[in-house]
Amino acid sequence: MDESKIITQLSIFVNNEPGRLANVCKIIKSVGIRVRAFNLAESAEFGILRAIVENPDDSFEKLREKGIIIRKTDIIAIAVTDAADSFFEAADVLGNAGVNIEYGYFYTGVSDSVLFVRVDDTEKAVDILEKAGIRLLDDAEI
Amino acid sequence: MAFWNERIETMPREELEKLQLSLLKAKVREMYDKSPFFHDRMREAGVLPEDIDSFEAFRKVPFMRKSDLRDNYPDKLFTVPYDDITRIHVSSGTTGRPTVVGYTQKDLDNWTESLARGMTSFGMTKKDMLQNFHGYGLFTGGLGVHYGAERIGATVLPISTGNTERQIQLMQDLPVTAWAGTPSYMFHIADVCDKIGVDIRRDTKVKLAIAGGEPWSESMRRKLQDRTGVRVHNCYGASEMSGPMFLECSEQQGIHVWADLAYVEILDENDEPCAEGEKGQIVVTMLQKEAFPLIRYRMGDISSITWEKCACGRTHPRLSRISGRTDDMLVVRGVNVFPSQIESVIGELPFLSPFYHITLENANYMDAMTVRVELNEEYLTEDMNKLAEMSKTLSARLKSVLNIKADVRLELPGTLERFEGKANHVTDNRSYE
Repeated sequence: MDESKIITQLSIFVNNEPGRLANVCKIIKSVGIRVRAFNLAESAEFGILRAIVENPDDSFEKLREKGIIIRKTDIIAIAVTDAADSFFEAADVLGNAGVNIEYGYFYTGVSDSVLFVRVDDTEKAVDILEKAGIRLLDDAEI
Repeated sequence: MAFWNERIETMPREELEKLQLSLLKAKVREMYDKSPFFHDRMREAGVLPEDIDSFEAFRKVPFMRKSDLRDNYPDKLFTVPYDDITRIHVSSGTTGRPTVVGYTQKDLDNWTESLARGMTSFGMTKKDMLQNFHGYGLFTGGLGVHYGAERIGATVLPISTGNTERQIQLMQDLPVTAWAGTPSYMFHIADVCDKIGVDIRRDTKVKLAIAGGEPWSESMRRKLQDRTGVRVHNCYGASEMSGPMFLECSEQQGIHVWADLAYVEILDENDEPCAEGEKGQIVVTMLQKEAFPLIRYRMGDISSITWEKCACGRTHPRLSRISGRTDDMLVVRGVNVFPSQIESVIGELPFLSPFYHITLENANYMDAMTVRVELNEEYLTEDMNKLAEMSKTLSARLKSVLNIKADVRLELPGTLERFEGKANHVTDNRSYE
């Protein structure tokens, strides 16, 4: 399995209260983190800001030091030519292999458009997607 | 107005007090001989039954507390064998351990007698039909009120709690004249009646009610009476005493506490007796209780008492409306809730941190309880299903321990306020005005 095809996403937990998200964004900016893509999700209890950033390990530490509740999450980045077709193709391959997609979000990247996908078995997903000829991006390509 | 037991109910104070003292002496002697718990307590305090020759001397007898009930779970305080116990009721305790109360047939008879006197005192008779909203089963409210009403010959509709529209349908279809339940449920009935276009005055024959089991105020009573046209009578009791026990008469000037059944002390912070009419903590001794005796039991409620003769002609002391608690017990929709119970549930669940906060609201007099708990950092996940699962687990555990539903909110670690000294776990925003 090609480890470079596993991308680190930062999952930042934010209380569902006005101003909390803005506060987190301010901190992200103040410590000089460059965000490439992000997605917002919310549970009944709180919100989760999912971000793809430059230097994720370093950024993770910086944010943790600021008291932000944060987790690293492994995801994969699928190169996209046509949004619907590419998504169908990937979903079909993963589904046939018994891998569940937990969530995904779309990013019109610098060179390629990217579909970020979180699955329940990342390593297996990388293998079967590459075997199926679907192009996965590594950190440098995003 | 009629009496149920005129001789006792109108007995002059002097005679009542004489009766009380003789019953007290006999009860202390009996307990000393029969209850290892009480025997040890008396020995530790250096008091013997023969020392108790006055109300003053009775104050040397050690207090019983809720923690004694917990420590003697389930039945170590019973003073008769199960052969002589006719019924068991169970109510919530302080820390997950419930309180188990046993009744001999005589205990049930006295409980019923007490309510029969009370119901008669506000004008209920055999001509009435009582719709009993109280829960039946282990909770004392349902069966207690049920037997009291049957004793006076009234017709009982044992409908229990819930299914409000059916309640309203039956109170129109049947000649229901009286209700028993919590005041908040009566407000809820009134709300639903408004919504579906039922006018209680026009469409039902309900005229009387017994309301209790939760804190409420005189202004709530006035509002409830104005809205429904029903005269609502306050009630006092607790499962330790038997259940709902003492009621207000038609004068609505305090709750008649039958002096042949209970001896009530009102004490200040130093456990010294308060003057008549002065507020203090209620300490109850049940004078004729057999299976589960109660001696100088700290009820945890705050009230005052007066021996001033009531306009209804009854001579027994009257307890004013309960104005607060001496401990952290909360009464939510008529159910006793201790923050310690919630704490013990949280302690059982590894995915939760020990930080929690309880908020109480009562829009339209219906209590709502929200429990906010911080997640244990290690269990924090972005998996929504897992989060929902955790929330559900907590909710179900709380329901099973507290017997009422609480809204649950999982919070991020570090969200809830931290306290340096004694933590404040409860925000009670309920208004009784």
